[in-house]
Parts: sequence; structure tokens; C-alpha cells
Amino acid sequence: MENILNALVILANFIIVPGLAYGAQLALGALGVTMIYAVLRFSNFAHGDLMAFGAMLVILTTWAMQGWGVSFGPLPTALLALPFGIIGAIGLVLLSDRMVYRFYREKKSSPVTFVIASVGLMFIYNALTRFFIGTEDIRFEDGERFIIRAAEFRAMTGLAEPLALRTSQVITVVVAVAVVAAVFWFLQKTRTGKAMRAYSDNEDLALLSGIDPKRVVMITWMIAAALATIAGTLYGLDKSFRPFNFFLLLLPIFASAIVGGIGQPFGAIAGGFVVAFSEVSITYAYRRFLSHLLPEEWMPSGLVQLLSTDYKFAVSFVILVLVLLVRPNGIFKGREI
Amino acid sequence: MTTQETRDPQKRDPRIPLLYAAMALALLAVGFFQSWTVALAILNLCLISAIMSLGANLQWGYAGLFNAGIMGFAALGGVAAVLVAMPPIPEAWRAGGPGLGLAALAIAATVAACLYLRRRLTGGARNLAVAATIIVGYFFVRYFADPATDAIESINPAAQGNIGGLGLPILLSWIVGGLFAAGAAYLIGKVALGLRSDYLAIATLGIAEIILAVIKNEAWLTRGVKNVTGLPRPVPAEIELQRMSWFLDLASQIGMSPAMLSTIMVRGAYALLFVAVLIVLMILCERALNSPWGRMMRAIRDNRDSAAAMGKDVTRRHLQVFVLGSAIVGIAGAMLVSLDGQFTPGSYNPLRFTFLIWVMVIVGGSGNNFGAVLGGFLIWFVWIQAEPAGLWLMQVLTSNIAFGPGVRAHLMDAAPHLRLFLMGAILLVVMRFSPQGLIPERRARRA
Repeated sequence: MENILNALVILANFIIVPGLAYGAQLALGALGVTMIYAVLRFSNFAHGDLMAFGAMLVILTTWAMQGWGVSFGPLPTALLALPFGIIGAIGLVLLSDRMVYRFYREKKSSPVTFVIASVGLMFIYNALTRFFIGTEDIRFEDGERFIIRAAEFRAMTGLAEPLALRTSQVITVVVAVAVVAAVFWFLQKTRTGKAMRAYSDNEDLALLSGIDPKRVVMITWMIAAALATIAGTLYGLDKSFRPFNFFLLLLPIFASAIVGGIGQPFGAIAGGFVVAFSEVSITYAYRRFLSHLLPEEWMPSGLVQLLSTDYKFAVSFVILVLVLLVRPNGIFKGREI
Repeated sequence: MTTQETRDPQKRDPRIPLLYAAMALALLAVGFFQSWTVALAILNLCLISAIMSLGANLQWGYAGLFNAGIMGFAALGGVAAVLVAMPPIPEAWRAGGPGLGLAALAIAATVAACLYLRRRLTGGARNLAVAATIIVGYFFVRYFADPATDAIESINPAAQGNIGGLGLPILLSWIVGGLFAAGAAYLIGKVALGLRSDYLAIATLGIAEIILAVIKNEAWLTRGVKNVTGLPRPVPAEIELQRMSWFLDLASQIGMSPAMLSTIMVRGAYALLFVAVLIVLMILCERALNSPWGRMMRAIRDNRDSAAAMGKDVTRRHLQVFVLGSAIVGIAGAMLVSLDGQFTPGSYNPLRFTFLIWVMVIVGGSGNNFGAVLGGFLIWFVWIQAEPAGLWLMQVLTSNIAFGPGVRAHLMDAAPHLRLFLMGAILLVVMRFSPQGLIPERRARRA
């Protein structure tokens, strides 16, 4: 019995908790990508760098606050700084939309034109982030780092295996749930949210019913920027902030959005968790997990790892390809690609 | 433009000689004002960039395919350079050869079984059976390959630890690099083509990251992140030149230091080789563009549905042009590694190797080979020169303002990142105000 409990604790410690946190980060990123796709109808390649930009603003504000002696008690100061980062990121995307995307929207350019324009903006966001904060790894988590420490858990339960619960992981999940709930409430219940969904379903019909497209586009960008900043900050708190890593997140985020059915907000959330749990569970080495369940003589000799962690992108990619081949519209039947 | 002009392959755009001359002047100016060795170094990378841009233009300009994985194909070219030119390591083959051979057999058997099942079964059973075969095959491959790669990696890990190469001339790797990239492109294209442009972009973005991950982590193949240095060179080394008497005589006659002259001669030799490749590829691409095949590609690009209705096999043509364009990028990738004399997987960065190439194609003029080549030259030139220019600008801007020393140091450190900003700005400005690029595609009719 204790063996099974130990094995379950290992699973929780190395797969379930990290998977939930990572899944929540991907879900928030994918929700932004999918909303831009639903309303503006293109894949935003600058989304990863937008996340980096927002997170950078949060870090700079955090540093300033720490300088002034402001703190959030046991919670990371970054949470206090989050609104400032969101405002900055919203400013940046609205400026980008005004100066870049609006022109192509009025011309009704093809989606690939928008994609290339987003590549141009990706360069610019990237340059801004690197200019202000450099390319190094930055850890900006402060406050209480753990909710449950490994040693405490061992003492509490008497089990051999520890379960450590970091503050950043819990914050990630709590914030993600709150944000997603707010976004869904907004989309389902408010007038503007309904207008957005109508515009996404049928642009012409929405225009005929007097929906103001400018307003819909503006609010979509604002939500996407807020989601990107939150996702970027949570990812940075949980792992660390390095601008290039946010670019690399683009692939799992796109995979999440497409798996869930692109243009489907609910699908993006589900997709985020599907991708995160596949990635974590395929790249985890199960040797210690099995050591509690199997008798000595049955133990395999290797690490029992399906795929080295270096290949985690391959997991997102394979999921992407499988979905394309088997169910091209994603789990929740998103837009026709 | 209001005039209607008919397409005439003989009649060249008058902008071409002008813009090319301006580009040549810019390079000459670097020679006169900075130094000739710098000018030649820039020229060599301009030539390689131009070839990559030519490959990307084939895909985007001719066929409208958005390939966001150029980096992966360039890196495969680099792998070819290592595998062709490095001396063989017989110990490694003795230690791991049989295991690798068995693993290769297991891969072949898995693929054969999958193909067989695909043909024999239908529906859900087929998918299940193929998936099961792949999983079983994967474990067999790992079973044979893992001990073999461990054995290879443990042989003299400081200097070797990989299977080495074939010890053939590195020039051969330029062709092999093209073939590697073409092979990869075929597999990727089979899966990803036929999708909407956004999807192809995301899929290729992913595949490039995977190719890089494989190259970085499979140390038995090309030493991974430990890098391969000291690749054989297609031209004599500077040191060798400096030992020859005729060379020393020449140096004293011109009145140039032997070190300087040898650098210039070696870089010049590379430049000649690269120019030769560029010219050959350019002739082939131009002929393709002006052939019925090129016309068909453009027809598919401009209206896929009507081309399909005319009986053109759109997916097949896309696959063809995707493979050809990637092969050209692979050739350029092998050339780049030959020029550097080393293969460093850590240096492949999507901004530099994928998206910068995109800027080149779009700024130069997508659909026009002369435009793509000019874009390759121009953007590489700006990319290189923007770094010192950015530093200089920062110096000037900060010199008169009373910043704290820390702020100034930070700004100086951060200045090189401004060139990314410049690239984004150039791309956006060209897209907005001159969407056809510096040298537009020649169209049959202009409305």
C-alpha cells in the first residue's frame, strides 16, 4: 500500500503538478492566439515575443517596487506589477494594430500577409525586450517560494517520496482559473463579448447588425495582450525569464490552439492541457515510479524514459500532425483551415 | 502603373543594373574605408545569404508557400559538410557500427510494415495498427541504437565521440547538403503541404526546431553541442600560402603584409567558389521561372482552385517546389559551414536563419530571382553594418546627456539588439509602401 502511495506521490510531484502549471500557462497563451485567430483571422507569430515583452514590463516594475520596498507578503511582487505590464502590452499591441495591421485589414489582404506582418512585429518586440532587459536568464520570484516543502511533506506523511508544492505553481493555476472564468463570462454574458462571438462567426452578418468592427478588433487585442502578459509572467515565475524561451513557446501554444480547434476559446484551454500533459508524461523518466511498484528482479535497466526532455518540441509537433491528419478541425471543431 | 506591358524574357528591368551597381559600390566602400578583408568577409556571407534567399524565393515567390523552417534545412546542410568531409573514425564504427546497422534495419522494417499495413487495412483498424507498429518499432530502434550510440560517444569524447565522416572533399558536401535538405523536405512536405498557409508555417517552424534538437542532442552523429571544428577546407589555408615562396615574392612586390594578402586571397577564393554556385543556381532558377513549369507554379499560386480545375496536381507541384527550394537552402547551409570551418549547432537561431531570410526575399522582391539575390546582399550588408552603426549612434546620443555610468553602459550593451528592430522596421515599411519589393516580379500584364 505504501508503495502505491509513494508511486502516486512521485506521479503528482513530477507529472501532475508541473503538468497543471505548464498546461495553465499554455492555455492562457493559446487562448490569446485563438481569439486573435477567431476575430482577425491569422496566426500571430509575434505572440511569443508579446508574452516576453509583457513579462519584461512586469519584471521591470517588480524591480522598481522592490526598490521602493513594496512587497506582497508571501506572494511574489510580480503579481502586484502585473497590471502595469498588462497596460504596457495593451499599449504596444494597439499601436501595432494602428500602424501595421489596420492597413491590411482595410485592404482585406490575405491571411499570409498578416502572418508576415506579424513576423516583422516579432522582430520589433524581440528587439525591444532584448534592448531593455538583455538576453540572460532572469529569476524574479520573491516571497515564500514553497507552500509545501519536500522535507515537511515527508515528515507529515511519513512517506519516502516527497511532494513539493511551489507557490508559483499554485499561483499559476489559481490565476489561470480566475482569468479564464473572467474571459468566458465576458464572452458569454456581456454585450461586447456577444458582439465578438458574432463577428467571429460571421463577419458580414455581424456588420449588418450594427456591430462596430473597430471596437471588436480593439477589445480582442486588449484581451490577447492581457492574456499574453499574464501567461508570460506566470511562465517566468514558474521557470525563469529568458526572451528566447518565449519564442520557443510559440510551437506548443499553436499546437494547443489547433488541437482544441482554432478559434474555439474552450478548445484552446483543453488543448493547452493536452499538450502540456503529453509533453511532461512522455519526457519523464519513470524509473523511480516503477521502482515502487515492480519487484527488484523485474526492474528495467534504463531510465524508462520514452523521449529525452530535449525533444519536448517533438511532442507538440507530433500532436499537431496527428490532429491535422486525423481530425483537422481539432477536438472542438474549430474553424476550417 | 497604367501602361500594359507584355512579358519579354529578354527585356530586363532597368532597376536591376542600377541597384546591383549600388550594392557593389557599397561593398567597395567597405573595402576602401574599413578594410578589404572585412569587405570580402561580408561579400562571402552576402553570397551565401543570396543563395538561401533564392531557395526561399522559389518556395514563396513562385509558389506562395510559407516555409518558416529555413533554419532546419540550413543546419542539415551543415550536417552534410561534417559527414562528408571529416575523417572517418574506425574505432567508433567498430564499437557502434553493428548496433547502428541493426537500428537502421529496425527503422526500415518499421517503415515497410507501416506501408504494408496502410495498403492492406482500412479505416480505424489501419490507424491503430500503424500506431502500434510505430510504437513497437520505436522500442526496437532504441534497443539497438542506445548501447551503440553510448559506445560511440565514449570514444575519445574530448575530440571525437562521433562516427566521423567519409573523409571526402568538402565541396562534395554542397551537393550532399542539398540532397539531405531535399530528403527532409520531401518527408515534411508529404505531411504538411496541402494545408492552409498558416498551418504550413507553424508545421515548418516546428520541424526546424526538431531538426536542431536532434542535431544538438545526438552527439554520436555530429558531436552535438560540443561542436565540430577543424573541418577540411576547399581552398588552401592562410598558413600554407604564407609558406610558399611565390606568394611571399608577390606580397613583397605589392607591398602588402603576407598575413593580409593571404587572408584576402583565401577569402577571395571562397568568394569565387560561391559566385560560381550562385551563377549556376541563378541560371537554373531563371530557366525554371520562364519555363511552362514556372508559369504553372505561378498560376497555382495566384489561383489554386482554377489551376486545379485545369487539371494541375497542386499538392504534387507544391511538394516539388518545396523540395527544390529546400535543397538550395541546404546547399547554402553546407557552404556556410565550409566557410566557417566549423559546425556549431548552438549558433542556429530562427531569427537569423529563418526570418532574416524572409526579410531578404520580401525586401528584394518575391517572385523575382534578381530581387531575391539583391535582397540577400542588401539585408546581410545592413545586418552586419547595423551593429557598429548602432553602437556609434548610441555613443553619439549618450555622449551629451548626463546619464549615470550604469545607464550608459547598459545602453551600449543593448545597442546591438537595435538591428533586430531595424530589420522588423525594414520588413514592415517595404511591405506597406512597396509590397512587391525593390525589384518586382515581372508580370505578363499590369493593370
